[in-house]
Amino acid sequence: MKEDIKKVLVLGSGALKIGEAGEFDYSGSQALKAIKEEGIETVLINPNIATVQTSEGVADTVYFLPVTPFFVEKVIAKERPEGILLAFGGQTALNCGVALYQSGVLEKYNVRVLGTPVQAIMDTEDRELFVRKLDEIGVKTIKSEAVENAADARRAAAELGYPVIVRAAYALGGLGSGFCDNEAELDVLVEKAFSFSPQVLVEKSLKGWKEVEYEVVRDRFDNCITVCNMENFDPLGIHTGESIVIAPSQTLTNSEYHKLRELAIRIIRHIGIVGECNVQYAFDPESEDYRVIEVNARLSRSSALASKATGYPLAFVAAKLGLGYGLFDLKNSVTKTTSAFFEPALDYVVCKIPRWDLGKFHGVARELGSSMKSVGEVMAIGRTFEEAIQKGLRMIGQGMHGFVENKELVIEDIDKALHEPTDRRIFAISKAFRAGYTVDQIHELTKIDRWFLQKLYGIMQTSKELHKLTIDNGQLTIKKEEKDSNCQLSIVHCPLLRMAKQQGFSDFQIARAFGLEEDIEKGMMLVRQYRKAHGIVPVVKQIDTLAAEYPAQTNYLYLTYSGTENDVQYVGDHRSIVVLGSGAYRIGSSVEFDWCGVQALNTIRKEGWRSVMINYNPETVSTDYDMCDRLYFDELTFERVMDILELENPHGVIVSTGGQIPNNLAMRLDEQHVNILGTSAKSIDNAEDREKFSAMLDRIGVDQPRWKELSSMDDINDFVAEVGFPVLVRPSYVLSGAAMNVCSNQEELERFLQLAANVSKKHPVVVSQFIEHAKEVEMDAVADKGEIVMYAISEHIEFAGVHSGDATIQFPSQKLYVETVRRIKRISRQIAKELNISGPFNIQYLAKGNEIKVIECNLRASRSFPFVSKVLKINLIELATRIMLGLPVEKPSKNEFDLDYVGIKASQFSFNRLQKADPVLGVDMASTGEVGCIGDDLSEAVLKSMLSVGLRIPEKSILLSTGTPKQKVAMLDAARMLAEKGYTLYATGGTHRFLEENGISNTQVFWPSEADKQPQALDMLHEKKIDMVVNIPRDLSAGELDNGYKIRRAAIDLNIPLITNARLASAFIEAFCTLSLDDIQIKSWQEYK
Amino acid sequence: MQVRKTATLVLDDGSEFHGFSFGYDKAVAGEVVFNTAMTGYPESLTDPSYAGQLMVLTYPLVGNYGVPPFSIEENDLPTFMESEKIHAEAIIVSDYSEEYSHWNAVESLSDWLKREMIPGITGIDTRALTKKIREHGVMMGRIVISDADNEVESGKVKDESEMPDYGSINYVDRVSCKDIIVYRPDGTSSTYPIGSDNFQLSSFNSQLKHVVLLDCGVKANIIRCLLKRNVTVVRVPWDYDFNTLEYDGLFISNGPGDPDTCDVAVQHIRKALAGDKPICGICMGNQLLAKAGGASIYKLKYGHRSHNQPVRMVGTERCFITSQNHGYAVDNDTLGADWEPLFINMNDGTNEGIKHKTKPFFSSQFHPEACSGPTDTEFIFDKFVALL
Repeated sequence: MKEDIKKVLVLGSGALKIGEAGEFDYSGSQALKAIKEEGIETVLINPNIATVQTSEGVADTVYFLPVTPFFVEKVIAKERPEGILLAFGGQTALNCGVALYQSGVLEKYNVRVLGTPVQAIMDTEDRELFVRKLDEIGVKTIKSEAVENAADARRAAAELGYPVIVRAAYALGGLGSGFCDNEAELDVLVEKAFSFSPQVLVEKSLKGWKEVEYEVVRDRFDNCITVCNMENFDPLGIHTGESIVIAPSQTLTNSEYHKLRELAIRIIRHIGIVGECNVQYAFDPESEDYRVIEVNARLSRSSALASKATGYPLAFVAAKLGLGYGLFDLKNSVTKTTSAFFEPALDYVVCKIPRWDLGKFHGVARELGSSMKSVGEVMAIGRTFEEAIQKGLRMIGQGMHGFVENKELVIEDIDKALHEPTDRRIFAISKAFRAGYTVDQIHELTKIDRWFLQKLYGIMQTSKELHKLTIDNGQLTIKKEEKDSNCQLSIVHCPLLRMAKQQGFSDFQIARAFGLEEDIEKGMMLVRQYRKAHGIVPVVKQIDTLAAEYPAQTNYLYLTYSGTENDVQYVGDHRSIVVLGSGAYRIGSSVEFDWCGVQALNTIRKEGWRSVMINYNPETVSTDYDMCDRLYFDELTFERVMDILELENPHGVIVSTGGQIPNNLAMRLDEQHVNILGTSAKSIDNAEDREKFSAMLDRIGVDQPRWKELSSMDDINDFVAEVGFPVLVRPSYVLSGAAMNVCSNQEELERFLQLAANVSKKHPVVVSQFIEHAKEVEMDAVADKGEIVMYAISEHIEFAGVHSGDATIQFPSQKLYVETVRRIKRISRQIAKELNISGPFNIQYLAKGNEIKVIECNLRASRSFPFVSKVLKINLIELATRIMLGLPVEKPSKNEFDLDYVGIKASQFSFNRLQKADPVLGVDMASTGEVGCIGDDLSEAVLKSMLSVGLRIPEKSILLSTGTPKQKVAMLDAARMLAEKGYTLYATGGTHRFLEENGISNTQVFWPSEADKQPQALDMLHEKKIDMVVNIPRDLSAGELDNGYKIRRAAIDLNIPLITNARLASAFIEAFCTLSLDDIQIKSWQEYK
Repeated sequence: MQVRKTATLVLDDGSEFHGFSFGYDKAVAGEVVFNTAMTGYPESLTDPSYAGQLMVLTYPLVGNYGVPPFSIEENDLPTFMESEKIHAEAIIVSDYSEEYSHWNAVESLSDWLKREMIPGITGIDTRALTKKIREHGVMMGRIVISDADNEVESGKVKDESEMPDYGSINYVDRVSCKDIIVYRPDGTSSTYPIGSDNFQLSSFNSQLKHVVLLDCGVKANIIRCLLKRNVTVVRVPWDYDFNTLEYDGLFISNGPGDPDTCDVAVQHIRKALAGDKPICGICMGNQLLAKAGGASIYKLKYGHRSHNQPVRMVGTERCFITSQNHGYAVDNDTLGADWEPLFINMNDGTNEGIKHKTKPFFSSQFHPEACSGPTDTEFIFDKFVALL
């Protein structure tokens, strides 16, 4: 310990959102571990209750409060820390820290910023300061020059060097902008640009340049290292978070690599970073020319990736450096003997692929560009590029099997799909190769380096060779139809199979190429058996930071076919317990399952077993090699999991803490006689299979909404005639991304089914009765051999119809009848017994009056497990894991009815990142993250949580359009409260009249369609005259380009708080009308007893 | 699918690694060493210090950016390479990239190897091989091409008795220059055969300092780094007695093999130590300087060959990432009373440089000239030139 500090405050990043996701749970957790080790007390502010960093034993004190200057100051005043860390909570923490510094709060309370000084942060954040700063040391940045006549434009272009981009200043939407390769083109464009604007910006065009990043570390003694460099597969123009990224760089020579490395070190020294930063370059593919794009003076998405890619714990080291250590004081945490002052040498290649969920949003633009849209990412490791990228394409989990052998994508215009990148461009490349495009043609259209394209082409070539073969009678043979061609059966076939595996082909891909499509699972097993019999099996390799120069003390592992020897000695002691992780973060599955996995690992370790994790998400804590005894950073496919299990020979496997991916593997693993711990695979299947589950509920007399699987429009109409509208429709095959929808009338039903796909025998739809105005209740529980040991009942604030992942959840339930609770407990007990559950499970109920219906049952941990565990202060996963390990458990004596406080879990949406998407909630989940806050009463908890997801208490004016008559009535009390509180209310037609009739004064504003009338709602928004928008869609159908959509979208684009649900709006309004900001208690999690 | 020629690496302990040939098909033998650098195969292959060695690259993907032109500058130094040819006996990789892509590449690594008649093997589990060397120490090994055509020189090494004894061969003598070559900062050079009458330092530009470069297998970038600092470089053969020249400073280069085979050079250096002219050395140069000062040298178990070796300047908090390529080290405990360690390796505590306590003599075990590798320690040249 170099600095005399006893207490440190760490700022987290809040809810997961696009651009700021799980990576900050990882970096924050590492920082907290690094500080705690020094005996320093730690205080954490982070409302993200599902994170590992907010778990018991990580920070000493946790505040589930918004990471905003207001609340952070209050915590500082209360806790009086000597130091603060700003670099571990993403942009949220950094911005908050800079604001506190600028307002003098840090100085007032004598809080020192540890690590990079705030001035250095500001130098990198402010574009002008940044350019000036780098100019001082002669480092090139991307600059644009503003000119006011054609002569100056020509001079500027000549100085910058062609090609250049010309933009008209102050012109929205890129009017009058374009590329020019020479002066003639420039003259034409400049003339046009000046017709739009008196000022024209001339900028060097870096179109097609490579994008390369370096992760740099510096200590206060000025010692510097670059931990990793990374090269984007996609050239400049696509946000690095949206790019496929390869580490280390593949196409840079030694001279280029070290030129950029040297610059990175020069920059970090000049800016004065203490800790970690990342430097992004644009790099000319035709020379050694470069530009610095930006510098992030904090831990970032890239630094988390670099940590996982190299095994160098950047956040941990950065925290130590912030405390005043030198790099020479620290040890390499993998070898434990060599120095932390070194640069990792990789002996493998890593490929990061983003995970998008654009299909979940109505109307969203699919084109990739300079802003981020992806919700998660995967990292694949291999000893060939082909292996890494094919693994990665499977890992993203969108039904793809690799680069080839996928379901045929419909791409109308291949050239366009290559030239204008979308989330599917890599598959467009595959398609283009099939269509006969050459590497050069694709390079011209995409500017992706030929080296990458050549490798992908190689995969395509192998695929073509594989297509000539099949397995017949356990023998590799030439397909009958190929017999006449010049394909010779020779010794090359076995090597071909090996080469295919080295290029990352899965057994599935090979089986498909072999034409074993009919029963593909059987085909895969045939391929598997054949290759195993011929010794084509993967080997396990360690990531050791030094390319085998020194022995590693940790087991950070991956599998590859490029190798002959395992790095791990398997002793066959059956002491391993394998936990299957949750894969890429995506909408519906995110940090909460990482928390579950980590809790399972902790419990396994504590109980003396060898903990083993399989997962591939670089943003997670579960993929930190310190968290378990063996980490397999690899696929969660049946094939790969079996490969690992055959090596590990474990005592058992836990499939219930990683969400749906492991859950789906249960049956197939069971068929291979894998010991699945806890609830049996058969029971899992009985709950997952709609028919079986339904039959079971009927048998035990439990009610459920009526549903039917139907394959013709007539059948659907008959069923709807029976149950009545609205109905919930789930197609089994989806074209446009509209996976599920509530249809309120015949017209909506027909339109939706047309949109989804034609209904047929092959593509049936499930239609269920949709019960309106029902409460949704969740039962999260743990059972032991069919008997419930612990449970938590929570209640949605919104009525059913809002996806449970988007709903605002109160725990303990606040407004349920005692009888409802009693019935829910009883039914849950029955189900637990019937399915003989041992482990975690979740049941979702509808409650209307005292009528209870079961909607869904999952025999695994659910999204709300961390939330209820932390509110209850009973770790349900620890309990469940003990049960799965066969250890005795005692029923906890405490239950939710003993709690003197309330927890609220609220959802975070990222609509501001998703251009054009309709920010409305429905049966499909749309939120990207969540927070969980605790308050002494409901209103306080609601207020804290809503502020934590970015809402603000409105200052004076609110725009209301409150939907149907029923919803209007539901909102009446809230509207009255607002009026009494002195808010100025604006309302659209119907709402205006309704409020007037009820004696609430308000001003009418007009819809966009009433263009001739004033005042226009949209104008009011643009003029910043509205502080909050409550817009309740009239019905539950998909948003159309209607009035409501325009208002909602404008609110998002203008960063005006928006609520689209009447019950949530009422709860929030009630909260801020009864409580002010200063009424909010600054109480830590530990203080709620 | 193309049938590839198989090639096998046989180690001294009898273990075999099977792969495919992608270079010239011939049998070779040498010391098997691993290098953990992730870039720089053209530089490493032409580094004379790899003479007599089979170079295993731990980074699996090799050949991606092809090979730059083997162009020669006006002063006879190659533009992109470190010497006039490939010095390593062979290159062993895991995943050779058949296709390459780079604006400055003119041929593939495979074509280059074939042109220079150097074997290359791909498809080897280089990690397993590296671990073996790490556990066992460096070993001799040979490469056998399975079905090399009759025309090619095959089966040269048939059994272990023909395996060369790496430590006994004077590789420095094989790679050092034979003439005196004078390089001037203006980009020109002249060659003078040993004993040539017209060679006199006094006849050169007296405005510039003259550095004698004792060539034990010098990398071109050492010469470039000196020239960049505006000195005249007088490159002499390793066994040349430079003490007869009127020079301003002595620079002892890197080189291959066992420093104990270079006694002649050590004697010459010892003579120079009696004077006060600045002396600097790199790698082999560090070892020869240490020997001249009375220290002894030992062979490391598996050497340092990488771009990521951390060194610390003794007695300071200054640390550097360095490029290294050496199999022998100076024994710190045997340094004479006038000497002290200048740098220490932060991983294994071995010597990374020495300095004289009073005179302007110092050296580094690592490669401040980089090429390939990190450029953080180029200041060593500044220090040396400042002393002249």
